[in-house]
Amino acid sequence: MTMDTKINEYRKMFPLLSDDIAYLDNAATTQKPECVLDAVRKYYERDNANPFRGVYDLSERATESYENARKAVADFIGAGSSSEIVFVRNATEALNLLAYSWCEDNISEGDEIVVSVMEHHSDFLPWKYMAEKKGAKLVRLEPEKSGAVTDEALDRALSGKTKIVALTQVSNVLGYANDMAHIAERIHENGALFVVDGAQSVPHMKVDVKQLGCDFLAFSGHKMYAPMGIGVLYGKMEHLEKMRPFMYGGEMIQTVHWDRVTYAEVPHRFEAGTVNVSGAVGLSEAISFINNTGWEFIRSREALLTKKAMEGMKQIPGIGILGSEKVQDHEGIITFTVDGVHPHDVADILGKSGVCIRAGHHCAQPLMDFLGVKSTNRVSFAFYNTEEEVDRFLNELSKVRGLMGYGE
Amino acid sequence: MENKTFYNEVVTDHNMHPLHKHELEDPDIVLDGVNPSCGDEISLGLKVSDGVITDGAFIGDGCAVSQASADIMLELVIGRTIDEAKHLSKLFLKMIKSEATPEEIEELEEAGALEDISHMPARVKCAVLGWHTLEEMIKRLDRM
Repeated sequence: MTMDTKINEYRKMFPLLSDDIAYLDNAATTQKPECVLDAVRKYYERDNANPFRGVYDLSERATESYENARKAVADFIGAGSSSEIVFVRNATEALNLLAYSWCEDNISEGDEIVVSVMEHHSDFLPWKYMAEKKGAKLVRLEPEKSGAVTDEALDRALSGKTKIVALTQVSNVLGYANDMAHIAERIHENGALFVVDGAQSVPHMKVDVKQLGCDFLAFSGHKMYAPMGIGVLYGKMEHLEKMRPFMYGGEMIQTVHWDRVTYAEVPHRFEAGTVNVSGAVGLSEAISFINNTGWEFIRSREALLTKKAMEGMKQIPGIGILGSEKVQDHEGIITFTVDGVHPHDVADILGKSGVCIRAGHHCAQPLMDFLGVKSTNRVSFAFYNTEEEVDRFLNELSKVRGLMGYGE
Repeated sequence: MENKTFYNEVVTDHNMHPLHKHELEDPDIVLDGVNPSCGDEISLGLKVSDGVITDGAFIGDGCAVSQASADIMLELVIGRTIDEAKHLSKLFLKMIKSEATPEEIEELEEAGALEDISHMPARVKCAVLGWHTLEEMIKRLDRM
């Protein structure tokens, strides 16, 4: 089978993908394959009941669907046990759960929380809020302009007062993948815990929490072919079992009386209310889809598309690429500016031709400040994109300055 | 697919060569307007004397639509009374909702070039940023 035939076979599995549009905003969310949509539908057609509650067979099937999904996630990221997987809505909720719950009992006045300046707002604002609430200091970890976190930068940020460090594995703007295992070692030597935002890494590379050496990992299902509304917080059991609940309500308790309450075991303690079983089933199916497709194929495709795009962009006058000049430092993400043209105008002009790219600050305004730009455009790939789509993007991009009144 | 664009000459010209994009000396009122979804921002300044807008200018950063629309607006309202500016503002917002008559659009002069924005929900906020800021300023002037 030629490469084109193989990609076309894959594209047919995604009902939304067609020749009408070139969908190049995959870092925002990916499209969904038929098998994931089917899994969600079949769950509702065959197995739907409120899990954990009923003793009848149907409710047990719902519980089993949910817990099987938890096992699939645990296996996918190499967790020690399924109990270390907490289902949430998305990476944002995972990081909020963690910051609210963990900081409440582990952060005191004068402690330090280290956060990099390139974090998505979801890995910045919860820590900022808790630091202010507890009278702790939020310490800035500054990467290189490429997104690389050096030992020197870590040394500057870490101190004897550091309690926890939050860092993204792959920046959603710069696309740089940091060496998390090495960074984890330095942080642990310093006696702090390490939180990894995996929203942009888990969908695009093999992520194993034991190899990373992280204490916590957060990611979203919708960026990895699963439905919106399901995400994951992984935590080492030794930490999770000491953490208080984040939300209170149904299904997160053992016993409740007017004057005394005991909470459920981990992970149920963190999953108040009726859970998103269909989302978990969809995520489990998306994991099977990724495993069947294979990392080698996914990674080689995304690297090829990124290389073609970046080389083409360098030929277009007036295009400035943020981050590293080396294509291998961009994990399927290229963020750029067009001289004299506002990013919203760029995205609008491309959008009118069916080329979907992102414009704005990418929920990373502190990074925009750090890099000295107000807003930018971003093109981001999934393995199902084609070289024709990259050509289409480059062709439209080359017209933008002319359309906006800049001469040759 | 046809490259349909509302980036017509009026918009690109006002974006690249704005007439009123500069600091205003001794303004009587200054107000900032922000469009948080895009990050467009303008700071609008006016000089007002006996109910007439005698001068106006803005500084800002944003997409061509937001910046050109603010520039076109100032070109239109400078020299007019506050009441006339209020009237034009109402007409502009009507046009953006596709509710204005051809005569009303005519009255908007160059601002009529932004008529097609009414079909682009994502860009409406950009086009009305200047006008909303102006309306808010007029409200404050009325209270002064």
